[in-house]
Amino acid sequence: MPEMIDQIFVVIKHWLMGYVPGALQPIASAILSVVPVMIAFPLLFAITTVLERKGLGRMQNRYGPNRAGWFGILQPMADGVKSLTKEDIVPRTADQLVHYLAPVVMVIASFLVYAVLPIGRNMVIANLNAGVLFFFAVGSVVELSVFMAGWSSHSKYSLLGAMRAIAQMISYEMPLVLSSVVAIMAAGSLSTVSIVNMQAGYTGIWPHWYVFTPWGITGFIIFMIAATAESNRCPFDMPEGESEIIAGYFIEYSGFKFALFFLAEYLGMFATSAMAITFFLGGWAAPFSFLTWIPSYFWFFAKLLTIIFMFIWVRGTLPRLRMDQLMNFAWKFMLPLSLINIVGAGIWHFMAAGFARWGVVSLLIVLSCVLLSRGLRRNKWFHVRTYRYAS
Amino acid sequence: MTISFLLLAAITIIGTAAAMTLKNLVHCVLALTLGLVGLAALYLQLGAQFVGFTQILVYVGAVAILAAFAVMMTRSANQTLTQTASSFRASGALIAVLVFAVLAWAIYSGTSKQPILSAQPEGTVGQVGVALMHHFVLPLEVIGLLLTAALIGAGILAMDEHRGNR
Amino acid sequence: MLGEGIVKGLAETARNFFGSYVNNERLTTVQYPEERLPQIEATRDFPFLVYDGSDPGPGLRCVACQICEKECPPKCIYIVKSADKKPDATGKQQFYPAQFDIDISVCMSCQICVEVCPFDAIKMDVEFEMSSEDRFGGLLLDKYKLAKSNEYYNRIHPTEAGSVDAALAEDRAKAKLAAESKAKKDAETAAAKAAAAAAIAETPATIVTPTATTGETK
Repeated sequence: MPEMIDQIFVVIKHWLMGYVPGALQPIASAILSVVPVMIAFPLLFAITTVLERKGLGRMQNRYGPNRAGWFGILQPMADGVKSLTKEDIVPRTADQLVHYLAPVVMVIASFLVYAVLPIGRNMVIANLNAGVLFFFAVGSVVELSVFMAGWSSHSKYSLLGAMRAIAQMISYEMPLVLSSVVAIMAAGSLSTVSIVNMQAGYTGIWPHWYVFTPWGITGFIIFMIAATAESNRCPFDMPEGESEIIAGYFIEYSGFKFALFFLAEYLGMFATSAMAITFFLGGWAAPFSFLTWIPSYFWFFAKLLTIIFMFIWVRGTLPRLRMDQLMNFAWKFMLPLSLINIVGAGIWHFMAAGFARWGVVSLLIVLSCVLLSRGLRRNKWFHVRTYRYAS
Repeated sequence: MTISFLLLAAITIIGTAAAMTLKNLVHCVLALTLGLVGLAALYLQLGAQFVGFTQILVYVGAVAILAAFAVMMTRSANQTLTQTASSFRASGALIAVLVFAVLAWAIYSGTSKQPILSAQPEGTVGQVGVALMHHFVLPLEVIGLLLTAALIGAGILAMDEHRGNR
Repeated sequence: MLGEGIVKGLAETARNFFGSYVNNERLTTVQYPEERLPQIEATRDFPFLVYDGSDPGPGLRCVACQICEKECPPKCIYIVKSADKKPDATGKQQFYPAQFDIDISVCMSCQICVEVCPFDAIKMDVEFEMSSEDRFGGLLLDKYKLAKSNEYYNRIHPTEAGSVDAALAEDRAKAKLAAESKAKKDAETAAAKAAAAAAIAETPATIVTPTATTGETK
């Protein structure tokens, strides 16, 4: 019975496919796989906008939106109506075709990456052999659409915002990819399904998730920080800082196109979180062996919601990083640390199981972390941190 | 000559032809990007997964952005070209036709008429990785050194000259 | 330690988040329009005209002197003086405004009209929820909408109204006293004149010749 609930979507799909004539089987299979994902994730996006505003409000000692529906739960409907009925203003000197295509390209790229995410046992749209490579390749198309948006608006603010956004996204793509290399090394395959399958075992009640290893936890933290930067979220939202360059590269967009950019940004956030879950948190696997009767997609979405809450929490806590602090952090701290993490993961694989390899790898990572963080402040190696306040 | 191949080839040709003929430089860069995406799709159709995805990752994700930055940083971004063909039109077309003829003859005479029966190595990433680490490890290391040298050179060129006590 | 600040910040935010569900004092939001913050006494929004008594017609303090109209910086007051006079609260004949309009979409609540009025006739109201759907006439208040009673004024600004009432009462008492003394003096002079006239009227036979009188007084 638990297997039935777990595989309910697969069973339904097979049952529906029985009614489809032979010639249309491939296209029907594709549609039947894609449509649930395209319904579920925008719905999650709608819920996340409300949860984020209410969560941020509570953290800032105020209510969030609570006028539309019980406790504001219908706020996305109101936002949707607003963005659909707003006038679509395009500047006269803007590049009309490129201005129109930029949100389209961004949404296409953001939706396309969901094809390789394993949402449950046997529930992936396309089990590609090079699934991870596909994910990063299509994820890098987003930067092109950012450039298109910034350039075509023909406005200084949007161009500046686009430059900053692209610089930030390119800088943080390196730690993102390199920190996922450790999970690929451990699993021995680029296919997301096999990475999750490698983590689905248990020793006793403890799971085999990669996050429970020293290189795994470091990789997870680096991946999450890089994912925050890739989707331009606080504390890395300098490109879209509302108080500085108003809205950065989507300043000249109004109404539905703005909503499309918003949608694409949040979908990117969900996709990279889902990838982090796949790499490090065991995908759809349950945390303890006695909880495997709960369906796999439930665990996937539970982990996704936890990570989304972490995103909201960090957004409510940290101030925005300045552009040069951001770039220093990426190139001088995260990139060397992710390379050392790869070395650590390699050492882990060549040493025998036991406490020795825990100690060696942890020491390597912690030492490099400390040295790199001190190195960010030049000429202050091994000094106690002092703070100077204005007198 | 399936439908998908014709479609992808059409996209690639239209993209690259537009990159030659459009008047606005930024439009040319974007059309070139479309051509590169078509090329990546053709690689994927041939089964070369690694090359196809890397084409997107490198070309669309990095090279196109680089070209866009380069176009934007120069003054020619705001000006549109008045004429897109140079005055050497006829000789240019002749050379293009000659190159096409040579390539077509080479490809046509190189491929055999019957399908290849021997097992071909797949272009999966695993096999590419194994080949890199076993057969081609020396070229890999040399390329790594070359790239490091290029990075250091770029860093030195872009560095401030009055570093002193910053 | 690296990352200590971030962890402390996250702990603080988490305390705010979970604490806001546990005790409501953390949330300082006032859910307008169900709850409203209490206004301080010196709140000022838009002007209104004060009238004494219960009838705005004869009790209106405004005498259409037009000082507030001249002093208003954005010129939002429009006054038309009446042609006739009518008695005010002290009984004196005064002009009154036939038309007194204030455009509250222009008014900037600077209170200059209140400061310059010599008759304490225009004061600041505390009502601000006056939005209207009529773009052109809905925010133009005329005399009848602007007139509010002195009791209302005492309710919204007790101390200020108290001092105004005291000053007005004092003025009126003084005026009344002056009027009374003047009336008494008038009555006295009138009585003296009447007595002299009566005295002259009562003794018509004793015609005192000027020479005899002057002789007697010598």
